[in-house]
Amino acid sequence: MTLDRTVPRDPATAPAPSPPASRRATPAQWASQSVTMAWRSIVQIKHNPSELLDLSIQPIMFVLLFTFVFGGAIGGSTDAYLQFSLGGLIAQNALFLTIYTATGLATDLQKGTFDRFRSLPIARSAPLSGRILGDVLRQLWSLVVLLVVGVVLGFRITTSPLAVLGAFGLLVAFTLAFSWTSVLLGVLARDPEKVQIYGFTVLFPLTFASNAFAPTQTMPGWLQAWVSINPVSRMADALRGLLVGGPVAANAIATLLWGAAFAAVFGPLAVWALRTRV
Amino acid sequence: MTLSDPRGTVEDVPPAIEADGLVKRFGATTALAGASLAAAEGTVLGVLGPNGAGKTTATRVLATLLAPDEGRATVGGYDVVTEPHRVRSLIGLTGQYAGVDEALTGTENLVLIARLLGQPRPAARARAAELLEQFGLTDAAGRAARTYSGGMRRRLDLAASLVGRPRILFLDEPTTGLDPASRNELWDMVRSLVGGGVTVLLTTQYLDEADQLADDIVVIDRGTVVATGTPDELKARAGAAVLQMRPAHGEQLEVVRRVAGELAGATPTVEHGTVAVPAADEALMPAVVRRLDYVGVRLAELTLRRATLDEVFLALTGHRAVDVATADQTDVRETA
Repeated sequence: MTLDRTVPRDPATAPAPSPPASRRATPAQWASQSVTMAWRSIVQIKHNPSELLDLSIQPIMFVLLFTFVFGGAIGGSTDAYLQFSLGGLIAQNALFLTIYTATGLATDLQKGTFDRFRSLPIARSAPLSGRILGDVLRQLWSLVVLLVVGVVLGFRITTSPLAVLGAFGLLVAFTLAFSWTSVLLGVLARDPEKVQIYGFTVLFPLTFASNAFAPTQTMPGWLQAWVSINPVSRMADALRGLLVGGPVAANAIATLLWGAAFAAVFGPLAVWALRTRV
Repeated sequence: MTLSDPRGTVEDVPPAIEADGLVKRFGATTALAGASLAAAEGTVLGVLGPNGAGKTTATRVLATLLAPDEGRATVGGYDVVTEPHRVRSLIGLTGQYAGVDEALTGTENLVLIARLLGQPRPAARARAAELLEQFGLTDAAGRAARTYSGGMRRRLDLAASLVGRPRILFLDEPTTGLDPASRNELWDMVRSLVGGGVTVLLTTQYLDEADQLADDIVVIDRGTVVATGTPDELKARAGAAVLQMRPAHGEQLEVVRRVAGELAGATPTVEHGTVAVPAADEALMPAVVRRLDYVGVRLAELTLRRATLDEVFLALTGHRAVDVATADQTDVRETA
């Protein structure tokens, strides 16, 4: 490395002659900055292949295991079980993926990357919105993987393309709202490894104590009561309705109400935690 | 507080950084207890103090990451509380913990910042290449930053803080944890930046670092400024000179300490078989020599030298910078 100290003004580092004098970022700048942040969160996958494994192999593994290990016993045949379980697997996988928001945020906070972003003249919310946008793209990728694997194994979509789009939309809407819990977790945990532990401690019971993988009839009464209101059950039912037919409206509305409740409670908490965290 | 600008333009140009009575509390801990400082445009202000003195908190307030509880501060003429976005468009920040994304390559890290600052993609790539070249990272440009050495990571971090060509740069303990060679490299970079007209606020717990780089120094201890001035002024403040004596026979150290203390009217320090005492009066040296000769002590070494910043710190705060740093591990960041 050479540094020429005789040159008084180094073109690479000389200060800008006139700084932009705007008071804050415009909405268009916010959108562009969010997209840049999302690019950053996606391009990380390129250098961290284990994440691609999480995003692709893990859902495939779940489908294969549930279908072939439990399928016959629970659904009578693997075919029938797949028609029932894929909606649940999609719902479960979507919730698991929200952990990425928390681990990513905790890493940024721990490493000082978040401070760097906060010292830049960009929209205050861009680091957060960009990360969440990146996580939505992960969700969509994972959803496509699940559907393709499902179809290869014999899953039949019996509704319209519009209904499939509706399933995508419902999933994205709910996970966006649910991400606030993950944002709060990421801010409070301060340590990406703790995030994994806390996250799965909550998400495993939440997703399994539902009708995602098994019909509720054989569960004890107290569990049935919870399972019937569990947002994972309601979303799984709504996704089943949208993919293979059945009632949609009530389940979709319940899912969205749950999402709104998560956002209303954890959104302000997460923003507060982020503000007070030094 | 006023600072004498070496180029005598202090009347015309407002300070690039100015803080007045900053107070910041974290629960029961007071990190800043009314700190004031100022840096003239195009100079290096060294903020010197031990761990937990409030250096990082002060930097974070000035870099708009933290709102002060009391007091006010302007950076580039803009108030850090009421116009933070404008301040951010002028500054670069390199924190104690390198803020690079370790999962991204060197190029991607810099392109990310450039894109966030609104540069079009080709310009962002060109800017990244230019900075990587300047910081000697071209060969590592395509590697993930997690594979970088500590020194390379710091350089990338500094490069990232320069993407937007800031007029004012905050360096929070930029050389902590670096080996001497990397530290010298970084010092050269700071000098080169200042040569280009950048104002730098640099926090450090290394006295030689402040001595090497800073035009002005603010000594900060327990959240307050205990002294300000140029490195030379601070050294003069704590006694212009120090008399240093090493007896030929180690067992006579105690005699030398007692004699020196008595004649100087100050408490000597004893370290590595050497006694050091502030020499406020030029008559001290001959007096000490005569008395030691009288009591039969032979000196292997006798030096009259200028005080080091370490001694200055001791004189100003009543304790050694290094002792506090090791005894008080509580960093402001952690108690926050």
